Amino acid sequence: MIDTAGPKAPASASLMPRPDRPTLTRAAVITVLLLLALFALPPLMTGYYTDTMTQVAIYSIVTLGLGLLVGRVGMYSLGQQAVLIIGAWAGARLLFATGQPFILVMIEAGLVTMIIGSLITLPALRLRGLYLALITLMLAGAVTVVLATLNFPNGGSGFSGYNGSFLHIPQIRRPSFAGTDPAYYRFSVIVAIVMFLFVFAHLRARPGRAWASIRQSEAASLAAGINTTFYKLWAMALASFVTGVAGALLAGADHELFSIDFPIQNSIELLAVVLMGGAFALSGAVIAAFLLAFLPALLYQLWSVPNDWLIILFGVGVMQVLATAPGGIADQFPKDMKRLYRLIRRRLSRPSPASAPGAASTSGSASASASASPEGGETA
Amino acid sequence: MIEVSDLTVRYGGVTSLDGMSVTFEAGTCGLIGPNGAGKTTFFNVLSGFVRPAGGSVRAFDDDLLRMAHYRRARWGVRRTFQTEQAIEGLTVYDNVAMVHSPLRGAARRADVLAAIEFVGGDRLDPDARVGTLGAGQRRFVEVARAVAGKPRLILLDEPAAGLPEEETAHLTSVIKSIPEQTGALTILVDHDMSLVSAVCETTAVLDFGKLIASGPTAEVLRDETVMRAYLGTAEVL
Repeated sequence: MIDTAGPKAPASASLMPRPDRPTLTRAAVITVLLLLALFALPPLMTGYYTDTMTQVAIYSIVTLGLGLLVGRVGMYSLGQQAVLIIGAWAGARLLFATGQPFILVMIEAGLVTMIIGSLITLPALRLRGLYLALITLMLAGAVTVVLATLNFPNGGSGFSGYNGSFLHIPQIRRPSFAGTDPAYYRFSVIVAIVMFLFVFAHLRARPGRAWASIRQSEAASLAAGINTTFYKLWAMALASFVTGVAGALLAGADHELFSIDFPIQNSIELLAVVLMGGAFALSGAVIAAFLLAFLPALLYQLWSVPNDWLIILFGVGVMQVLATAPGGIADQFPKDMKRLYRLIRRRLSRPSPASAPGAASTSGSASASASASPEGGETA
Repeated sequence: MIEVSDLTVRYGGVTSLDGMSVTFEAGTCGLIGPNGAGKTTFFNVLSGFVRPAGGSVRAFDDDLLRMAHYRRARWGVRRTFQTEQAIEGLTVYDNVAMVHSPLRGAARRADVLAAIEFVGGDRLDPDARVGTLGAGQRRFVEVARAVAGKPRLILLDEPAAGLPEEETAHLTSVIKSIPEQTGALTILVDHDMSLVSAVCETTAVLDFGKLIASGPTAEVLRDETVMRAYLGTAEVL
């Protein structure tokens, strides 16, 4: 651990003197979007969408953790749902059992999840690809079974904290400053921002370098003196920590937790949306959260589309990603937009000299579209 | 000084290294031999990817074989790979900085930049993303990684393979000055005999996992056994 604290300085120093224009533009855009999300959005949203957007904020932390594992280290985990459950369980239990401030409980839930998540995956660290996915899926299954018998804490006594009653369930508390739904939404967004910055700081420092190198070549990593097992464990611990924090946040958001709301298939959906959103960029995690939490809510609200249809949509989406856009939407969307911009600009600039002499409007537009369309085919 | 004695490596029924005993004194040493002679296997033993069936390797009086592979880099072993392994997602600076270094803070940063400057000259921009570089530049990135962070033993596995003439010439002068720049013992594996004879004072020759000659490079390259085994000259004549 001491080893890693030192080198952070030179890495950030190397990046500090050159905040070039694209970086600044990106930072400005992100800041504006976040300010909109924090201040402009809440008064405009109905209760339904406030809840939905709170879920988006919370699940963006979960997809952030999974994206870190998949995109940065190349570890395909299907156990993130189980990790989330552990976080939610630990958070709910601590919130009922103690009077600690909510933020402290969140951090504790993150730490508990980090320890359990790392310990359970310790034997799986030597595995990669399909085998790691399989082991973590089994873990998710095991946790779901345990949860089905123990249930989530609901203010009861004992280790499980479950009082056996379906009635008179005390609500999981929220922080005093974020009791209302809009306030809790803002709180969730801020927690998500902090988690993203936390992960971002890791990516920019020594662990980020180590993960990038492990993903491409374990041999080169070992030859460079990188303890690959340690850094994989670190990635798992970090992903578990942020997911645990998200779990505690989820407990506060939902007020009551039921094991039936956390089916094992959510793990697979999580991986699907992370791949679709884009595992190699942090923005991909946000897109993934929108796909997971916002899209179903929107489709249900508009056309009463049941949730199950989303599975099919995600299946098709993942196929498309694997076949044509390995960087996911976060990578593909800006490229497509640039292409579209170029196409529009060319279309706008092309017909102007032709139409200037006052040619017949029908023949002018026909020739313009005829000349533009093969170009469209070229760029696409 | 690297003392290898009686080193044996077996892959199933294949004996890749067969009781190899050799001493690499100092400076830049060549290791040559036909394809499949065991040169890369020898490097893999030194970097800890392959566990030998027998024998020992003493490097500056430390037992290298007893160290875990990632610890050998901390001890000072550096290597490049036959198929270049520069990390595409990172910048040139980060690619070099990922290697273990006893230095901290500004000294470490200066060391990394010095390594990039030493190997690349004006060919390498520290801020460039490696994914955007050509094959030659990636090779240089790998060599820069090998000379950063106070190395003691540098293993270069065919660094000039596939390089155009001009870049090979540059690499030759870089490898020549590695001992002076870093103080590390360098072992060079390459099929390019002009490169080997230009930079290596001594050279060892492997054939079918056995050491068949070692000594001053010029003498070794004139040796009849070597010519027969490696160049096939004796048979042609």
